[in-house]
Amino acid sequence: MDTLSILLMGFISIVVVNNLVFTKFLGICPYLGVSGRIDMAFGMGMAVTFVVTLSGTMTWMIDNWILMKLGLEVTRYVCFILVIAGAVQLVEMYLRKFFPSLYESFGIFLPLITTNCAILGLCLFIDLWGIHSLLEAVVLSFGAGIGFTMAICIMAGIRENLDLADVPDCLKGAPITLITAGLLAMAFMGFAGMIR
Amino acid sequence: MTNSNAKTARYWQTLLAGLWRENPVFRLLLGMCPTLAVTAAVKPALTMGCCVIFVLLCSNIIVSLMRNLLKPHLRILMFTLTIATFVTIADLFLKAFVPRMSEMLGPYVPLIIVNCIIICRAEVCASKNGLAVSIIDALGMGVGFTLTLCVLASIREILSTGALFEIQIIRLSSQGGWFVPWAAMSMPVGAFITLGLILGLVNKVAGRKA
Repeated sequence: MDTLSILLMGFISIVVVNNLVFTKFLGICPYLGVSGRIDMAFGMGMAVTFVVTLSGTMTWMIDNWILMKLGLEVTRYVCFILVIAGAVQLVEMYLRKFFPSLYESFGIFLPLITTNCAILGLCLFIDLWGIHSLLEAVVLSFGAGIGFTMAICIMAGIRENLDLADVPDCLKGAPITLITAGLLAMAFMGFAGMIR
Repeated sequence: MTNSNAKTARYWQTLLAGLWRENPVFRLLLGMCPTLAVTAAVKPALTMGCCVIFVLLCSNIIVSLMRNLLKPHLRILMFTLTIATFVTIADLFLKAFVPRMSEMLGPYVPLIIVNCIIICRAEVCASKNGLAVSIIDALGMGVGFTLTLCVLASIREILSTGALFEIQIIRLSSQGGWFVPWAAMSMPVGAFITLGLILGLVNKVAGRKA
Protein backbone atom coordinates (compact mmCIF):
# COMPACT_ATOMS: atom_id res chain seq x y z
CA MET A 1 0.00 0.00 0.00
CA ASP A 2 1.28 3.44 -0.81
CA THR A 3 1.47 6.22 1.75
CA LEU A 4 -1.71 7.94 0.69
CA SER A 5 -3.94 4.92 1.11
CA ILE A 6 -2.35 4.11 4.49
CA LEU A 7 -3.15 7.65 5.61
CA LEU A 8 -6.70 7.44 4.28
CA MET A 9 -7.28 4.09 5.99
CA GLY A 10 -5.89 5.44 9.24
CA PHE A 11 -8.18 8.44 9.04
CA ILE A 12 -11.33 6.41 8.41
CA SER A 13 -10.31 3.92 11.05
CA ILE A 14 -9.99 6.53 13.80
CA VAL A 15 -13.14 8.41 12.80
CA VAL A 16 -15.60 5.51 12.66
CA VAL A 17 -14.05 2.14 13.52
CA ASN A 18 -11.98 3.15 16.54
CA ASN A 19 -14.06 6.19 17.46
CA LEU A 20 -12.63 7.51 20.73
CA VAL A 21 -15.97 8.10 22.41
CA PHE A 22 -17.78 4.89 21.49
CA THR A 23 -15.03 2.29 21.56
CA LYS A 24 -12.37 3.73 23.87
CA PHE A 25 -14.63 5.60 26.32
CA LEU A 26 -12.52 8.73 26.08
CA GLY A 27 -13.93 12.21 26.57
CA ILE A 28 -17.13 11.08 28.26
CA CYS A 29 -17.23 14.02 30.71
CA PRO A 30 -17.55 16.82 28.14
CA TYR A 31 -19.70 14.44 26.14
CA LEU A 32 -22.24 14.39 28.96
CA GLY A 33 -21.68 18.05 29.83
CA VAL A 34 -22.01 20.00 26.60
CA SER A 35 -23.99 17.72 24.35
CA GLY A 36 -27.23 19.49 25.30
CA ARG A 37 -27.24 21.98 22.42
CA ILE A 38 -26.01 21.30 18.95
CA ASP A 39 -24.25 24.64 18.31
CA MET A 40 -22.28 24.41 21.53
CA ALA A 41 -21.45 20.79 20.84
CA PHE A 42 -20.08 21.77 17.44
CA GLY A 43 -18.00 24.60 18.90
CA MET A 44 -16.63 22.31 21.58
CA GLY A 45 -15.84 19.69 18.94
CA MET A 46 -13.93 22.24 16.87
CA ALA A 47 -11.92 23.42 19.87
CA VAL A 48 -11.08 19.83 20.79
CA THR A 49 -10.14 19.03 17.17
CA PHE A 50 -7.73 21.95 17.12
CA VAL A 51 -6.14 21.12 20.47
CA VAL A 52 -5.90 17.41 19.72
CA THR A 53 -4.24 17.97 16.33
CA LEU A 54 -1.74 20.39 17.82
CA SER A 55 -0.91 18.32 20.87
CA GLY A 56 -0.94 14.96 19.06
CA THR A 57 1.65 16.29 16.61
CA MET A 58 3.76 18.01 19.23
CA THR A 59 3.81 15.08 21.65
CA TRP A 60 4.83 12.76 18.80
CA MET A 61 7.71 15.06 17.93
CA ILE A 62 8.81 15.47 21.54
CA ASP A 63 8.49 11.76 22.21
CA ASN A 64 10.40 10.59 19.15
CA TRP A 65 12.97 13.29 18.71
CA ILE A 66 13.79 14.27 22.27
CA LEU A 67 12.65 11.77 24.90
CA MET A 68 13.61 8.57 23.08
CA LYS A 69 16.97 10.00 22.03
CA LEU A 70 17.82 10.94 25.59
CA GLY A 71 16.27 7.84 27.19
CA LEU A 72 13.84 9.92 29.22
CA GLU A 73 10.66 7.93 28.50
CA VAL A 74 9.89 7.97 32.23
CA THR A 75 8.99 11.64 32.05
CA ARG A 76 6.64 11.04 29.14
CA TYR A 77 3.36 11.62 31.00
CA VAL A 78 4.57 14.82 32.62
CA CYS A 79 5.75 16.19 29.25
CA PHE A 80 2.51 15.21 27.50
CA ILE A 81 0.30 16.94 30.04
CA LEU A 82 2.45 20.08 29.88
CA VAL A 83 2.14 20.23 26.09
CA ILE A 84 -1.63 19.78 26.28
CA ALA A 85 -2.03 22.44 28.96
CA GLY A 86 0.03 24.82 26.81
CA ALA A 87 -2.05 24.13 23.70
CA VAL A 88 -5.29 24.73 25.61
CA GLN A 89 -3.95 28.01 26.96
CA LEU A 90 -3.14 29.05 23.37
CA VAL A 91 -6.66 28.28 22.14
CA GLU A 92 -8.15 30.10 25.10
CA MET A 93 -6.13 33.27 24.41
CA TYR A 94 -6.95 33.12 20.70
CA LEU A 95 -10.69 32.70 21.26
CA ARG A 96 -10.83 35.46 23.89
CA LYS A 97 -9.23 37.90 21.47
CA PHE A 98 -11.01 37.01 18.23
CA PHE A 99 -14.31 35.31 19.16
CA PRO A 100 -15.34 36.78 22.52
CA SER A 101 -18.96 35.60 22.23
CA LEU A 102 -17.94 31.98 21.62
CA TYR A 103 -15.46 32.32 24.49
CA GLU A 104 -18.24 33.49 26.83
CA SER A 105 -20.53 30.62 25.91
CA PHE A 106 -17.85 28.00 26.61
CA GLY A 107 -17.28 29.25 30.14
CA ILE A 108 -15.70 26.61 32.32
CA PHE A 109 -15.54 23.99 29.57
CA LEU A 110 -12.61 25.57 27.77
CA PRO A 111 -9.99 25.13 30.51
CA LEU A 112 -11.52 21.71 31.12
CA ILE A 113 -10.29 20.58 27.69
CA THR A 114 -6.94 20.13 29.45
CA THR A 115 -8.45 17.33 31.47
CA ASN A 116 -10.34 15.89 28.51
CA CYS A 117 -9.24 12.27 28.42
CA ALA A 118 -9.68 12.14 24.64
CA ILE A 119 -6.62 14.30 24.11
CA LEU A 120 -4.14 12.66 26.47
CA GLY A 121 -5.69 9.32 25.49
CA LEU A 122 -4.97 9.90 21.83
CA CYS A 123 -1.36 10.92 22.52
CA LEU A 124 -0.92 7.69 24.48
CA PHE A 125 -2.62 5.57 21.83
CA ILE A 126 -0.37 7.01 19.11
CA ASP A 127 2.56 5.95 21.27
CA LEU A 128 0.99 2.53 21.92
CA TRP A 129 0.18 1.77 18.29
CA GLY A 130 3.80 2.51 17.41
CA ILE A 131 3.16 5.16 14.77
CA HIS A 132 6.47 5.83 13.09
CA SER A 133 5.86 8.71 10.70
CA LEU A 134 5.04 12.27 11.59
CA LEU A 135 2.48 12.56 8.80
CA GLU A 136 0.55 9.57 10.09
CA ALA A 137 0.53 11.01 13.60
CA VAL A 138 -0.87 14.31 12.28
CA VAL A 139 -3.62 12.57 10.29
CA LEU A 140 -4.57 10.31 13.20
CA SER A 141 -4.83 13.19 15.67
CA PHE A 142 -6.91 15.25 13.25
CA GLY A 143 -9.16 12.24 12.61
CA ALA A 144 -9.60 11.69 16.33
CA GLY A 145 -10.82 15.27 16.69
CA ILE A 146 -13.26 14.85 13.79
CA GLY A 147 -14.51 11.59 15.30
CA PHE A 148 -15.10 13.29 18.64
CA THR A 149 -16.94 16.18 16.96
CA MET A 150 -19.12 13.75 15.06
CA ALA A 151 -19.99 11.74 18.17
CA ILE A 152 -20.81 14.81 20.24
CA CYS A 153 -22.92 16.38 17.45
CA ILE A 154 -24.93 13.19 16.86
CA MET A 155 -25.57 13.03 20.59
CA ALA A 156 -26.58 16.70 20.78
CA GLY A 157 -29.07 16.16 17.96
CA ILE A 158 -30.59 13.18 19.74
CA ARG A 159 -30.75 14.99 23.06
CA GLU A 160 -32.57 17.96 21.56
CA ASN A 161 -35.31 15.53 20.53
CA LEU A 162 -35.07 13.63 23.79
CA ASP A 163 -36.30 16.73 25.62
CA LEU A 164 -39.70 16.13 24.08
CA ALA A 165 -39.76 12.43 24.92
CA ASP A 166 -41.47 10.96 27.96
CA VAL A 167 -38.53 9.65 30.01
CA PRO A 168 -39.07 8.15 33.50
CA ASP A 169 -38.13 10.71 36.16
CA CYS A 170 -35.23 8.79 37.64
CA LEU A 171 -33.61 8.29 34.23
CA LYS A 172 -33.70 11.96 33.23
CA GLY A 173 -30.38 13.63 32.45
CA ALA A 174 -27.20 11.59 32.56
CA PRO A 175 -28.68 8.05 32.78
CA ILE A 176 -30.73 8.31 29.60
CA THR A 177 -27.80 9.96 27.84
CA LEU A 178 -25.59 7.01 28.76
CA ILE A 179 -28.18 4.51 27.58
CA THR A 180 -28.53 6.38 24.30
CA ALA A 181 -24.75 6.40 23.98
CA GLY A 182 -24.84 2.63 24.50
CA LEU A 183 -27.26 2.21 21.62
CA LEU A 184 -25.11 4.47 19.45
CA ALA A 185 -22.04 2.44 20.40
CA MET A 186 -23.91 -0.65 19.25
CA ALA A 187 -24.55 1.03 15.90
CA PHE A 188 -20.88 1.93 15.61
CA MET A 189 -19.95 -1.70 16.34
CA GLY A 190 -21.24 -2.36 12.84
CA PHE A 191 -18.07 -0.72 11.52
CA ALA A 192 -15.79 -2.97 13.56
CA GLY A 193 -13.61 -5.24 11.54
CA MET A 194 -13.91 -3.05 8.45
CA ILE A 195 -10.31 -1.90 8.80
CA ARG A 196 -7.63 -3.31 11.15
CA MET B 1 -13.40 17.43 74.92
CA THR B 2 -16.38 18.65 72.89
CA ASN B 3 -13.94 20.23 70.49
CA SER B 4 -12.20 16.93 69.80
CA ASN B 5 -15.57 15.19 69.51
CA ALA B 6 -16.71 17.66 66.92
CA LYS B 7 -13.46 17.13 65.08
CA THR B 8 -13.91 13.35 65.03
CA ALA B 9 -17.48 13.73 63.87
CA ARG B 10 -16.31 15.93 61.02
CA TYR B 11 -13.69 13.37 59.99
CA TRP B 12 -16.31 10.63 59.91
CA GLN B 13 -18.64 12.83 57.92
CA THR B 14 -15.90 13.54 55.37
CA LEU B 15 -15.04 9.86 55.12
CA LEU B 16 -18.63 8.73 54.66
CA ALA B 17 -19.49 11.51 52.20
CA GLY B 18 -17.29 9.86 49.57
CA LEU B 19 -19.02 6.52 49.99
CA TRP B 20 -22.58 7.56 49.27
CA ARG B 21 -23.74 11.17 49.68
CA GLU B 22 -21.05 12.54 47.38
CA ASN B 23 -20.07 9.31 45.68
CA PRO B 24 -17.83 10.49 42.82
CA VAL B 25 -19.37 8.37 40.10
CA PHE B 26 -23.03 8.10 41.05
CA ARG B 27 -23.69 11.52 42.53
CA LEU B 28 -21.04 13.85 41.09
CA LEU B 29 -20.70 12.13 37.68
CA LEU B 30 -16.91 12.40 37.81
CA GLY B 31 -14.37 10.00 36.41
CA MET B 32 -16.74 8.38 33.94
CA CYS B 33 -14.11 7.34 31.40
CA PRO B 34 -12.20 4.82 33.57
CA THR B 35 -15.48 3.72 35.11
CA LEU B 36 -16.71 2.61 31.71
CA ALA B 37 -13.41 1.38 30.32
CA VAL B 38 -11.99 -0.90 33.00
CA THR B 39 -15.13 -2.56 34.32
CA ALA B 40 -15.34 -5.48 31.93
CA ALA B 41 -14.04 -7.72 34.75
CA VAL B 42 -13.52 -7.34 38.51
CA LYS B 43 -9.75 -7.82 38.67
CA PRO B 44 -8.72 -4.89 36.45
CA ALA B 45 -11.40 -2.77 38.11
CA LEU B 46 -9.93 -3.48 41.54
CA THR B 47 -6.40 -2.76 40.32
CA MET B 48 -7.56 0.51 38.82
CA GLY B 49 -9.34 1.42 42.06
CA CYS B 50 -6.18 0.82 44.09
CA CYS B 51 -4.11 2.97 41.71
CA VAL B 52 -6.65 5.78 42.00
CA ILE B 53 -6.63 5.54 45.83
CA PHE B 54 -2.82 5.74 45.83
CA VAL B 55 -2.63 8.70 43.45
CA LEU B 56 -5.51 10.53 45.13
CA LEU B 57 -3.95 10.09 48.57
CA CYS B 58 -0.47 11.25 47.53
CA SER B 59 -1.66 14.19 45.45
CA ASN B 60 -4.05 15.35 48.18
CA ILE B 61 -1.19 15.25 50.71
CA ILE B 62 1.18 17.23 48.49
CA VAL B 63 -1.45 19.75 47.40
CA SER B 64 -2.55 20.25 50.98
CA LEU B 65 1.05 20.86 52.07
CA MET B 66 1.72 23.42 49.36
CA ARG B 67 -1.68 25.10 49.43
CA ASN B 68 -0.30 28.37 50.82
CA LEU B 69 2.29 28.66 48.05
CA LEU B 70 -0.16 28.25 45.17
CA LYS B 71 -0.76 31.12 42.77
CA PRO B 72 -4.38 31.10 41.54
CA HIS B 73 -3.68 31.10 37.80
CA LEU B 74 -1.03 28.41 38.01
CA ARG B 75 -2.78 26.08 40.41
CA ILE B 76 -4.36 23.72 37.86
CA LEU B 77 -0.96 23.27 36.22
CA MET B 78 0.63 22.50 39.58
CA PHE B 79 -2.13 19.98 40.36
CA THR B 80 -1.70 18.15 37.06
CA LEU B 81 2.08 18.04 37.36
CA THR B 82 1.84 16.62 40.90
CA ILE B 83 -0.69 14.05 39.76
CA ALA B 84 1.32 13.13 36.66
CA THR B 85 4.35 12.38 38.82
CA PHE B 86 2.46 10.01 41.08
CA VAL B 87 0.73 8.34 38.15
CA THR B 88 4.14 7.65 36.63
CA ILE B 89 5.15 5.97 39.89
CA ALA B 90 1.99 3.87 39.95
CA ASP B 91 2.40 2.92 36.29
CA LEU B 92 6.03 1.81 36.74
CA PHE B 93 5.02 -0.15 39.84
CA LEU B 94 2.29 -2.00 37.95
CA LYS B 95 4.60 -2.73 35.03
CA ALA B 96 7.19 -4.20 37.38
CA PHE B 97 5.02 -6.26 39.72
CA VAL B 98 1.74 -7.05 37.97
CA PRO B 99 2.62 -6.91 34.26
CA ARG B 100 -0.53 -8.78 33.27
CA MET B 101 -2.81 -6.16 34.81
CA SER B 102 -0.66 -3.39 33.38
CA GLU B 103 -1.13 -4.84 29.93
CA MET B 104 -4.88 -5.23 30.42
CA LEU B 105 -5.39 -1.68 31.66
CA GLY B 106 -3.10 -0.27 28.98
CA PRO B 107 -3.33 3.48 28.54
CA TYR B 108 -6.05 3.79 31.17
CA VAL B 109 -3.43 3.88 33.94
CA PRO B 110 -1.70 7.03 32.61
CA LEU B 111 -5.17 8.39 31.94
CA ILE B 112 -5.63 8.66 35.72
CA ILE B 113 -3.78 11.98 35.26
CA VAL B 114 -6.85 13.49 33.66
CA ASN B 115 -9.33 11.72 35.92
CA CYS B 116 -11.65 14.50 37.02
CA ILE B 117 -12.04 13.03 40.53
CA ILE B 118 -8.46 13.71 41.49
CA ILE B 119 -8.32 17.28 40.16
CA CYS B 120 -11.73 17.97 41.66
CA ARG B 121 -10.62 16.80 45.13
CA ALA B 122 -7.38 18.79 44.87
CA GLU B 123 -9.34 21.90 43.94
CA VAL B 124 -12.33 21.52 46.27
CA CYS B 125 -10.78 19.90 49.30
CA ALA B 126 -7.00 19.69 49.51
CA SER B 127 -6.22 23.25 48.45
CA LYS B 128 -8.47 24.63 51.19
CA ASN B 129 -8.08 22.19 54.08
CA GLY B 130 -5.39 20.88 56.37
CA LEU B 131 -3.51 17.62 56.04
CA ALA B 132 -5.79 15.41 58.15
CA VAL B 133 -9.02 16.35 56.39
CA SER B 134 -7.37 15.98 52.98
CA ILE B 135 -6.10 12.48 53.77
CA ILE B 136 -9.49 11.35 55.06
CA ASP B 137 -11.28 12.90 52.11
CA ALA B 138 -8.93 11.12 49.70
CA LEU B 139 -9.55 7.79 51.42
CA GLY B 140 -13.33 8.23 51.42
CA MET B 141 -13.49 9.29 47.78
CA GLY B 142 -11.00 6.65 46.66
CA VAL B 143 -12.80 3.82 48.42
CA GLY B 144 -16.16 5.09 47.15
CA PHE B 145 -14.79 5.08 43.60
CA THR B 146 -13.29 1.60 43.97
CA LEU B 147 -16.53 0.17 45.35
CA THR B 148 -18.48 1.67 42.47
CA LEU B 149 -16.05 0.16 39.95
CA CYS B 150 -16.36 -3.24 41.63
CA VAL B 151 -20.16 -3.19 41.65
CA LEU B 152 -20.29 -2.32 37.98
CA ALA B 153 -17.56 -4.81 37.10
CA SER B 154 -19.21 -7.70 38.99
CA ILE B 155 -22.49 -7.16 37.17
CA ARG B 156 -20.76 -7.05 33.81
CA GLU B 157 -18.43 -9.96 34.48
CA ILE B 158 -21.20 -12.26 35.70
CA LEU B 159 -23.46 -11.45 32.78
CA SER B 160 -20.75 -11.65 30.13
CA THR B 161 -18.86 -14.76 31.26
CA GLY B 162 -20.78 -16.27 34.18
CA ALA B 163 -17.69 -15.82 36.35
CA LEU B 164 -16.57 -13.61 39.21
CA PHE B 165 -12.86 -12.93 39.80
CA GLU B 166 -12.37 -15.31 36.87
CA ILE B 167 -13.87 -18.17 38.93
CA GLN B 168 -16.79 -19.83 37.17
CA ILE B 169 -19.95 -19.54 39.30
CA ILE B 170 -22.64 -20.21 36.74
CA ARG B 171 -22.35 -23.14 34.32
CA LEU B 172 -22.42 -21.98 30.74
CA SER B 173 -24.61 -23.56 28.11
CA SER B 174 -21.49 -24.66 26.23
CA GLN B 175 -20.56 -26.80 29.26
CA GLY B 176 -24.03 -28.25 29.72
CA GLY B 177 -25.39 -25.52 32.00
CA TRP B 178 -28.32 -23.21 31.37
CA PHE B 179 -26.64 -19.82 31.12
CA VAL B 180 -25.98 -18.27 27.74
CA PRO B 181 -23.38 -15.52 28.24
CA TRP B 182 -24.27 -12.05 27.01
CA ALA B 183 -21.35 -11.14 24.79
CA ALA B 184 -22.57 -7.54 24.52
CA MET B 185 -21.92 -7.01 28.23
CA SER B 186 -18.15 -7.12 27.80
CA MET B 187 -18.33 -4.60 24.96
CA PRO B 188 -18.78 -0.81 25.12
CA VAL B 189 -22.55 -1.23 24.74
CA GLY B 190 -22.80 -3.15 28.00
CA ALA B 191 -20.72 -0.56 29.82
CA PHE B 192 -22.86 2.38 28.75
CA ILE B 193 -26.20 0.72 29.34
CA THR B 194 -25.30 -0.86 32.71
CA LEU B 195 -23.98 2.43 34.05
CA GLY B 196 -27.04 4.26 32.75
CA LEU B 197 -29.44 1.85 34.45
CA ILE B 198 -27.48 1.87 37.73
CA LEU B 199 -27.47 5.67 37.74
CA GLY B 200 -31.23 5.60 37.23
CA LEU B 201 -31.61 3.19 40.14
CA VAL B 202 -29.41 5.34 42.39
CA ASN B 203 -31.44 8.42 41.47
CA LYS B 204 -34.62 6.59 42.35
CA VAL B 205 -33.34 5.41 45.76
CA ALA B 206 -31.79 8.76 46.62
CA GLY B 207 -34.90 10.60 45.46
CA ARG B 208 -37.14 8.56 47.74
CA LYS B 209 -34.98 9.29 50.77
CA ALA B 210 -34.82 13.04 50.19
